[in-house]
Amino acid sequence: MLAELGLAMLWLAAALAGLQLVAGSVALTKDGEGLGGIVRPVAVVQGVLAAAAFASLIWLFVQTDTSVKLVAENSHSAKPLIYKIAGTWGNHEGSMLLWVTVMGLAGGFVALVERRLPERTMMATLAGQAFVSLGFYAFLLFASNPFQRLNPAPQEGNGLNPLLQDPGLAFHPPTLYLGYVGLSIAFSFAIGALVTREVGPAFARAMRPWVLGAWIFLTLGITAGSYWAYYMLGWGGWWFWDPVENASLMPWLAATALLHSASVLAARNALRAWTVMLGVVAFSMSMVGTFLVRSGILTSVHAFAVDPRRGGFILALLAINIGAALVLFALRAGTVTEGERFEVTSREASLVFNNVMLSSILGIVLLGTLYPLVTEAMGVKVSVGPPYFTPMSAVFAVPMLVVLAIGPLLRWRHDRFKRVSPVLAAPLAVTIIAAIGFAVGGVTSTMSLIALSLAPGLAVASVLPLRGRHLGRAPLSLWGMVIAHLGLAVALFGMGADGAFTKERLIAARVGESVDVGPWQVKLGAITPVAGPNWTALEADLVASYDGASPDHLKPQSRTFWAPPQTTSVSALHTRWNGQLYTVLGEETHDASSAAMPTGRWQLRLWWKPFVPMIWLGGILVALGGFLALLSRVRQDLKRRTVRARGDIRRGDREEREAA
Amino acid sequence: MTGTGLRAKHQRLVLLGVALVVLLVAGLLAAWALRNQASYFYVPSEILAKPPEADRSVRLGGMVVRGSMKDAPDGVTVNFLVTDGKQQVPVRFAGIRPALFVEGSGVVAEGHWTNGLFTADNLLAKHDEKYTPREMQGMTTDQAHKTIAETK
Repeated sequence: MLAELGLAMLWLAAALAGLQLVAGSVALTKDGEGLGGIVRPVAVVQGVLAAAAFASLIWLFVQTDTSVKLVAENSHSAKPLIYKIAGTWGNHEGSMLLWVTVMGLAGGFVALVERRLPERTMMATLAGQAFVSLGFYAFLLFASNPFQRLNPAPQEGNGLNPLLQDPGLAFHPPTLYLGYVGLSIAFSFAIGALVTREVGPAFARAMRPWVLGAWIFLTLGITAGSYWAYYMLGWGGWWFWDPVENASLMPWLAATALLHSASVLAARNALRAWTVMLGVVAFSMSMVGTFLVRSGILTSVHAFAVDPRRGGFILALLAINIGAALVLFALRAGTVTEGERFEVTSREASLVFNNVMLSSILGIVLLGTLYPLVTEAMGVKVSVGPPYFTPMSAVFAVPMLVVLAIGPLLRWRHDRFKRVSPVLAAPLAVTIIAAIGFAVGGVTSTMSLIALSLAPGLAVASVLPLRGRHLGRAPLSLWGMVIAHLGLAVALFGMGADGAFTKERLIAARVGESVDVGPWQVKLGAITPVAGPNWTALEADLVASYDGASPDHLKPQSRTFWAPPQTTSVSALHTRWNGQLYTVLGEETHDASSAAMPTGRWQLRLWWKPFVPMIWLGGILVALGGFLALLSRVRQDLKRRTVRARGDIRRGDREEREAA
Repeated sequence: MTGTGLRAKHQRLVLLGVALVVLLVAGLLAAWALRNQASYFYVPSEILAKPPEADRSVRLGGMVVRGSMKDAPDGVTVNFLVTDGKQQVPVRFAGIRPALFVEGSGVVAEGHWTNGLFTADNLLAKHDEKYTPREMQGMTTDQAHKTIAETK
């Protein structure tokens, strides 16, 4: 019953999206203004209905109702509750329903609270949001119905991929989706502003908090995803340039650029067309990512469905949405009036530079991700990996980081380089000292050396905007920028440290044997069998001592699931202030002469990774910076609103008195 | 660009021009690098016919030949042969093997080709129990490509 109810709510939500599109468009015409009143409530109800449909799917998963096909294929009654819930979005249909839900809720939220834009622009924005939503509703209802029944219902479900049975899964995809889909708001704002020709500072100010919100979630989602891959795959790497990772990086790059150009537009009324364009590009990248991940064109943990029809559907949606937005842009770009001027040494110019560099990195990543698909269509199988992505993106990232150090110190519109150059002496000196120090210290990898020398200088430069200010009285948005830029420096240092200082040991050890890795001495204490709710495992007890200090116990496992049957290794990590010890247990080795003879030696892979956790610490700092900036924007807006409301009341009182 | 004499329209054009040039450069750079540095995918008969340079990262795909897997005395290195049905090449891998990496199964190895030996840094084995070794017998290069495309 619940499945049918969920489906009905989904249909109803889709119908409301249609109504929202029609009413919003009609409200733009002269005669149709009366219809405008229903658009906001319709958007809210649509969001609530989509959320209710999603909630009923979660409930079906919690109950493990195997008469629903999706549940039967992806769940199992013996799974812990958290993975039953997380399993809701650990598959194609459920994740698309999550996408639609987030989109509906975001639209409803905008309709509920956004009051700064002119009402006409708001109508166009909500109509645009409904247009995009409709496509995804159609995709869900016609090509990937999550509520489909299965008759007869099987006794038991198939279970969830063990790689996905991890707390990381409960957190990482919904966070990323909030980011991906949150960018649809920026897209709709851009459409709305183009339709009503209202591209200006007010538009940028209204759009900025929404972009910031989406960007914070994207940042957190990428950081969490990177950490998940790091400890889950047992390969010790934190970024593989896997197409799915690229799919999340591309919207982030576009959103970062959009965030900065929206600031220019809000503060200085420049970069109008560029900002609108980025609004379109950012969400387009979200959709390209969805297409890559969901179409089954790529095969990885993330590609749930290999179904060409679905791929075709998403590709069509992509073409319609992006195509329509670009046509609209081409028609209206000429009418977007000139922005304010600025000079080469100005904050605007440095932000333009940052934007162009971010877009170039985006282009590099996009081309590298799509290239294998293109060549495969022509019959040549190619895989593009880190040897392409890392140096090519560094070509643009390094100049961007240099300008990032200088830009925030410059004044708007016009500045002289002479004014800031004395201030820049400190970060420059730090960079040079770091470069010499690490080069002499034996860092040979060029990439690592660049990262390790740039990071300290960047860290110093990023706090420079606070100099001479009373720290308690500095505006919150300034703190936001400082912390976000500092986070970037911290992450950069972690990335450099990974390549430069990581020590690895790979051995087959007997119980009782000790191994050295970097400053650690690790002893294999014991191998014991353990059992979990839906798996059994062999667990190693590793007694690890740092530089002779009192030992810590690490317990990596080789874990075997029975539904579906699969073995994964579960790494164990120990984090200190200066790095992380990373341990993986393999299998018992076999004798070279006879494969069946156990030898009592166990494969162990040990890494000492100095400063590597700084990568994710940096990511969290970047998101925190974004959060502070968002907080300051919302606070300013609320203040303005109360002041205006008070003014209205006072004016009303006066009018009454005068009338009396 | 001193700005004083520059009109808004001109500035816009200059900005647009600069942005386009940089993006174009990025595109050309990407195209050049993709042609040169993309790690290519090989099956054994291709890697023997046209060996890649020793320092280039490539991928090798094929079936693990039955009875060819030999553990080295250090306990972590394994030597085996990979075939595409026509030719076979030796592969060495040191590390923790993926669970479904067994003789007769499909594998994609990432690594380097040096002097007739493929040294793998990483093994990607097909995570699917449905795969049967029977399919590898008499496999053509095309079929191998197809099987391997499904691997990972």
